[in-house]
Amino acid sequence: MSPAKRILLIGGIALAGWGMAHGLWYAVFAEHQALDGIGASLSSAFASAAQRDASGAKAALDQYRRSKYAYDRQVDVHSHWIGLAMLLIVVGIGLDRIAFSERIKSLLSIGALLGSVLFPLGVLLQTVNHGYGPRVLAVLGSALVFLALAGFASGLLSNSSDTKQSRQS
Amino acid sequence: MSSSQDAAARKMGSALARAETFAPLGARRLLVLGGIGLILVGMLFGDIFAVFVLHQNAARVGSNLAGAAHAALNQDAAAVQAYFQNVGAFLENRGTKVDAHVHMIDFGYLALLFALTEPWIAFSPLSKRRIAWTFLFGAALLPVDVFLIHYAGLAYSPLKSIGWASIFADFGGSLVLLATLSWLAGLWKHLRTTGHAGQEDQLMADRSAVSRLLLEGGALLVLLGLLGGTYYAAFDLYRHEAQDFTNLSQMAAGAAADNAAAVDRALADYGQLQGDKAVKIAAHAHVIEFGLLSMMLAFFQPYVSLREAWKRYWAIVLLTGSLLLPISVLLEPRFGLVAGGLADFGGLLVIIALLATWVGILRCTGSLDAPTFDFDGGRGR
Repeated sequence: MSPAKRILLIGGIALAGWGMAHGLWYAVFAEHQALDGIGASLSSAFASAAQRDASGAKAALDQYRRSKYAYDRQVDVHSHWIGLAMLLIVVGIGLDRIAFSERIKSLLSIGALLGSVLFPLGVLLQTVNHGYGPRVLAVLGSALVFLALAGFASGLLSNSSDTKQSRQS
Repeated sequence: MSSSQDAAARKMGSALARAETFAPLGARRLLVLGGIGLILVGMLFGDIFAVFVLHQNAARVGSNLAGAAHAALNQDAAAVQAYFQNVGAFLENRGTKVDAHVHMIDFGYLALLFALTEPWIAFSPLSKRRIAWTFLFGAALLPVDVFLIHYAGLAYSPLKSIGWASIFADFGGSLVLLATLSWLAGLWKHLRTTGHAGQEDQLMADRSAVSRLLLEGGALLVLLGLLGGTYYAAFDLYRHEAQDFTNLSQMAAGAAADNAAAVDRALADYGQLQGDKAVKIAAHAHVIEFGLLSMMLAFFQPYVSLREAWKRYWAIVLLTGSLLLPISVLLEPRFGLVAGGLADFGGLLVIIALLATWVGILRCTGSLDAPTFDFDGGRGR
């Protein structure tokens, strides 16, 4: 098995396991509490409005915004880690059909794996740090994933056109 | 050896290799048939949910939110609480159904990926079969129990906020995780074994036109989905989050200030925002999932016992549906039910093409198992 294939298959299955473990942890220890918190803060905001308590409504809505922001990101991280892991495995399986040298394939594989780890990690870090760092990490990770997969796709398409030409000749 | 004898020998060798890697009740066969079965059930459930539940549920959430806002306007705090309890119940109903749909399909995808990597797992066939059963059991248990969360609630639960359905769903998830880690250990063991000869696998060697069509079409769909997701994250995500908060603040502030017009305006904006958000996320997720499915099915073409023309036909149907659904979903806010109907039709095309592929694989298992029965003199296994 080539090094690039190892990176994608081992990395992909490990990342899928990691994404599942994160999802399981979140479902057991945090999700129900988070959903209860979101519902309670929204309800409290409107109940405060009914009592004409504008500052109470604002405080409850701020709490809602914080809880919703964190909840959406936790769910996104779980689904993106597993989704990207599956992509890595599929590309790893089909790597022989890509018309690039082993060196380029290895570089693209490292880029794809790194991006697949960093992109959701950047999103996850946004729940604890609202600065630019986590956002930059997420953007960098997603750019790495996109460029690597575009590279693989171009290798796949050029291999296919080569096959067609050799069949015609 | 004449050319006809040579071709016959090649055909027999290929059939033997296929019988070896695709043995009855072997891990690969379990994972392929079980995986496609999970995807089919998950998609069918999703299509039924989209047609009969999704929009009706969204309308109920909207009307209850409007009820809560107007109750706040009328200074009725008790009614606010009652309306929000309804909103919570409808959102839970929707959320658990979406989760059941997504998890069942994703577990099906993982099963197909495990089936493809099966020759590289350095465990005995019996161990691989046990892992496959564990995976499939957990993969069926989790979505079924997630679906039941809304109906079972907290009845007889020993915990404060987690019911029995959630507990069993988490147990299913643990089984899937355990099977995944075991699969990883098997792959690791294979790579650590020095001088381990690479096994011939018919699925990896296939370069047929249909396989190429599915692989390239799938890769382009995935790239399209990634581009859409990047655009959404760059231009819509933060705007949507800010607008969500603004609309809810305007509702609460309007109610506190006895301003009914402001409340109604904020409610209308909020409804539009939720629609815009939902269609963009759904289009992004579906185009990538269908692309991934197409790429995976490309590898299984040697197991699809259908004529080449039919295989090509079903591949085109799959890719057409895969493109039609996300595009129609994106057009739903503008063209309403027409686009919604087209999206459901796109989903149906994918389901039919996948079902045809599954039937083709079942035919392959039949042709593989039948000679064994004959050689045994009718005694079977």
